[in-house]
Amino acid sequence: MTADAAAPVLVAKRVTKQFGGLVAVNAVDFDIPQGSIVSLIGPNGAGKTTFFNVVAGLYEPTDGSVEFAGKEMIARGRRAWAEPLVWVLPTVIVMLLGVLLEQLTKSGAELAVALVIALGLLITMFLLAIIRPPIYDRLLYRLGIFKSARPNDMVVAGLGRTFQNIRLFKTMTASENVMVGMHSRLHASPLDAALRLPRHRREEKEADIQARRWLAFVGLKGKEQETARNLAYGDQRRLEVARALASKPRLLLLDEPTAGMNPSETAQMTTLFGRIRTELGLTILLIEHDMQVVMGVSDRITVLDHGDKISEGTPEEVRRDPRVIEAYLGKGASA
Amino acid sequence: MSGQSGAGTPPVAAGGSGRSGRAASPAWRVALGRVRAYMGRHQSLSIVIGLALFAIALPFIVLLPPLNGFGTQKDFIGGFADAGVFVLLAIGLNVVVGFAGLLDLGYAAFFAIGAYTYAYGASPFSGLDIPFWPMLLVGAIVAAMFGVLLGAPTLRLRGDYLAIVTLGFGEIVPVVFLNADTYTNGTNGITGLAQPSAYGLFGVNGFGFTNPWPYFLTVVLIIAVAFIFLYRLQDSRIGRAWVAIREDELAAASMGINTVTTKLLAFSIGASTSGLAGVFYASKLSIVSPDQFGFTVSFTALAMVVLGGMGNIWGVAAGAFIVYEIQAQGLKQLGAFVQSLHIPTFALGPMSVDLGSINFINFQYLLYGLALVLMMLLRPEGLFPSRRRRSELHESPEEAAESNEELVQA
Repeated sequence: MTADAAAPVLVAKRVTKQFGGLVAVNAVDFDIPQGSIVSLIGPNGAGKTTFFNVVAGLYEPTDGSVEFAGKEMIARGRRAWAEPLVWVLPTVIVMLLGVLLEQLTKSGAELAVALVIALGLLITMFLLAIIRPPIYDRLLYRLGIFKSARPNDMVVAGLGRTFQNIRLFKTMTASENVMVGMHSRLHASPLDAALRLPRHRREEKEADIQARRWLAFVGLKGKEQETARNLAYGDQRRLEVARALASKPRLLLLDEPTAGMNPSETAQMTTLFGRIRTELGLTILLIEHDMQVVMGVSDRITVLDHGDKISEGTPEEVRRDPRVIEAYLGKGASA
Repeated sequence: MSGQSGAGTPPVAAGGSGRSGRAASPAWRVALGRVRAYMGRHQSLSIVIGLALFAIALPFIVLLPPLNGFGTQKDFIGGFADAGVFVLLAIGLNVVVGFAGLLDLGYAAFFAIGAYTYAYGASPFSGLDIPFWPMLLVGAIVAAMFGVLLGAPTLRLRGDYLAIVTLGFGEIVPVVFLNADTYTNGTNGITGLAQPSAYGLFGVNGFGFTNPWPYFLTVVLIIAVAFIFLYRLQDSRIGRAWVAIREDELAAASMGINTVTTKLLAFSIGASTSGLAGVFYASKLSIVSPDQFGFTVSFTALAMVVLGGMGNIWGVAAGAFIVYEIQAQGLKQLGAFVQSLHIPTFALGPMSVDLGSINFINFQYLLYGLALVLMMLLRPEGLFPSRRRRSELHESPEEAAESNEELVQA
């Protein structure tokens, strides 16, 4: 760890998310220091998962922003009105040039050529806008237009996640699931794959080895060829973690990873968190209801209630905070 | 779903040893398993061998009774070449529908675009005379581009809505070809398309109408290439991404898959296969007109994919071949057969019924409909399903029995 060890991986500034009249997350400030395990707790409906989904790029926040690895990734769009101008601008310029040349030469051919080129440019710009390659995003950024990152952009930037209700690819094998997790780190193009070029073959071989390694890491050795749906519940949860790890994240978001597990499975999972931090050096953001897990592994805990951040601090501090006790047990319990 | 929450109990070892542990499997099964394993390791080779066996066997099979009574070998070979067009259509549509799970009802549009591309490339209408072989590639590329263009507006749509929009595009394309008379010759279509040339290879120069053999071999060749490419794509990061999107688009996006490009790729690869079919079809018929590319083509291709077994390339191809042959040969022969029985005309109330005069070919869509209904009720995964699709639709009886045993033991 170098000097930036203490620098936060993720900084959320006044993140707000409204669904119609419901304020699910209200102006939450939040940061996750590099290499720490930070937990987000709160009663049901406190807005934990919504906050998670904002950070992961699934929802655009109503207000506020999220910085990831020192770069602003997620916020409400700025100067969004200017984007359609970018789409039509090349077309308009070419058309104007065409008309101008037409006026100068009076031959008529220039206009037709300009029309064809203009149409091509328009289609290209629309396709660029739909596909959003990094070049297009950079172009927009240079013009001062900001667009929130999509979930896949966040994964590329280094964010991995699991889901509250398991969302594995059920008909794929365990190892295929992990290989899907690697998708953004593999680069074989369709042509590489169709022609079985060396790049594709090397990558696939390496991916297979890596998949085995990740499965072994989470304790699923020997189940590489099992279909995901046939795995035991606890194994499915572990497979989700392996799939998220396979994308080589810097920050791992775990949404209730021990929900529905028995005490011994929970203990194994807790050990796994520790290993992810110590052996892989990852930072973890955890949503969890099991207080034993939360108090055991967390460096810091943030408590949400009805979308508001009501407390933040070390497990000891949060445990004693009267507002937290009130939120969980009701008024009077803290007195 | 309830089966899954109950799946917390099975002992760990059961899954791994389940398959090999089942003793006393007959010798042919072991042999089949070995062949399967070998095919899995040498896919391209087994595709070539498999298709070559088909291509060699088919001309001989039609010489055997009772098939030899139905037509000459030449007729059959010509029919097989046409069937090959639909095999191409079906395996291309399978990429969109079977792999990526995007229900496309306007697939004939790309078939039309491929065919018209060839018409522009090699006909008196355009004045160009580009040879067939490079046009195959051009047709595929042009169709792929239109696949991207027509796919792009549908990206945010799912399920029913996607089906309706693609249906719309499928209607728009032939109508454009119909109404843009000046550029497409309208209803009359473009005629006099050049026949492919084999440049004297195997003693063949031009392909000619009277000799179906070169067409048959060409289509087998195109199918083989398409097969190999599609199998390889299926086994790559792109194939995995398609399946991931089909299963859970949100989870796929959260795993770093750019769902937009991945879907567009499925559209364009499906379309390019269709474009190949279009170029070949146009060169064989030597004419293109808008009415060849109506909704019935899209529907037929989709029926072939569903009946054959979505997601399984070999299955879909077999489905397409079977359906086409039943439609083109089976129904014709059924008509001839019924006619030969000389069933006397009988009265059914006020109507007089003459079974001998029924043209069974007119009933093909009735039969498709019936076949689809029966299939969905009895075997929703298709005739030759992929492993994935089968496990999705129902647990196999063996697996169910196994898990029951486990419950009893526990």
